[in-house]
Amino acid sequence: MAHAQESHTKRIWIVFGFLCIITMVEVALGIVKPEGLYFTQFLGTSLLNWIFIILTLVKAYYIVWAFMHLEGEKKWFRRAIVWTVVFLISYLVTLLLIEGGYLFETLAPLVKWDY
Amino acid sequence: MEATIAVKSEEKNAWDGGGSRPFGASYGKMMMWFFIVSDALTFSGFLAAYGLTRFKFIDSWPIADQVFNHFPFIHGDHPMLFVALMTFILIFSSVTMVLAVDAGHRMKKTQVTWYMLLTIIGGLIFLGSQAWEWKNFIGGTYGAVKTTEGQVLQFVKEGHQIALSDFVVGAHGERTTHTRENGLWFESEAALPTYSLQQVISSYEHNPSVLIRTEEIDLETKEKKILSREEGSRYLLMATKVVEGANLTENEYGKTLFADFFFFITGFHGFHVFSGILINIIVFFNVILGTYEKRGHYNMVEKVGLYWHFVDLVWVFVFTFFYLV
Repeated sequence: MAHAQESHTKRIWIVFGFLCIITMVEVALGIVKPEGLYFTQFLGTSLLNWIFIILTLVKAYYIVWAFMHLEGEKKWFRRAIVWTVVFLISYLVTLLLIEGGYLFETLAPLVKWDY
Repeated sequence: MEATIAVKSEEKNAWDGGGSRPFGASYGKMMMWFFIVSDALTFSGFLAAYGLTRFKFIDSWPIADQVFNHFPFIHGDHPMLFVALMTFILIFSSVTMVLAVDAGHRMKKTQVTWYMLLTIIGGLIFLGSQAWEWKNFIGGTYGAVKTTEGQVLQFVKEGHQIALSDFVVGAHGERTTHTRENGLWFESEAALPTYSLQQVISSYEHNPSVLIRTEEIDLETKEKKILSREEGSRYLLMATKVVEGANLTENEYGKTLFADFFFFITGFHGFHVFSGILINIIVFFNVILGTYEKRGHYNMVEKVGLYWHFVDLVWVFVFTFFYLV
């Protein structure tokens, strides 16, 4: 732990630059859509989408750790927050996405597309 | 980085909710964190529901690049750019917020004041951008027709979507909007679309370069299917009305639920930004009045900072799941 009166503006600007770079990479990938990533399916969605999701989680990590300063909190306070949220959200998302896939498989054959 | 904590964990009197100080965090900060946890679950509920619906209609969901393609003062098709700009604005206002918290820890009143002001301005710019995004979404760009089964048919020329006004001849001439003044006084209706269905269909028949794009996505190319001229005429027989723009019951982009989720999720997020700005303004004036200087710490700036960063955090996810994925 650093000294109390010390300013941490340098770290803040570094994190800001990092978040901007990640966002720019996301936007560039979103515009270019490299074929190898865009058309390769992996675990239910394209590789490109997985890259977006991972980059988003990296961004979330930096916002929560550096800006919301979770890294400076007591270990179990941190865990009370992060473990709860991560567990409940993964649970909910897993169930709902599996259900969404099932609904598609069941309902899509019933949709008439050509007249 | 613990400089961003206004009250050091080791300090006495950090906990105001009783004798013991769980986790060494102040009462207000801990409660803000627990509020953020519950709010994060609310937002994840919305986004997970969006995910379910999207997987349910994986072969016909609107393609975000074809919906959000505006940029101020530049005409044409520019997907991603505006929403990327909004992301930068929000991240930047997050940075000024954390700088305010940092300055508050060092008891630099002038710096806190200026950084809070910048944060508020950033929030207002973001909110304005969101309003502009909504305006474009609600007003619509191209217009489309809807079939008896609720499918939306869009018009393309040389692979690019074109607006109804680009090929439909004539204006809505069959009748005028039924308002309270010119019909039954107790009944009125929404504004009529610019063109009648008959005009759209006959213009399509007379313009061989116009093709029809359906909602269905070819899973191989990940593009919406474009019909041949003959198929298009057949589909148009099933058209029931002209749709321009978006509302909660229909939209020109495709699935109704897409617009519903857009309004609901970005609206709920925008409301968070709005309330964050209000709280920021209150704290800003308290900083100017010297309230926290007298209190001896800038704990309050840190708490509102947590909320503000959370709003930024949510936007990062909305950005990914609404615009990128």
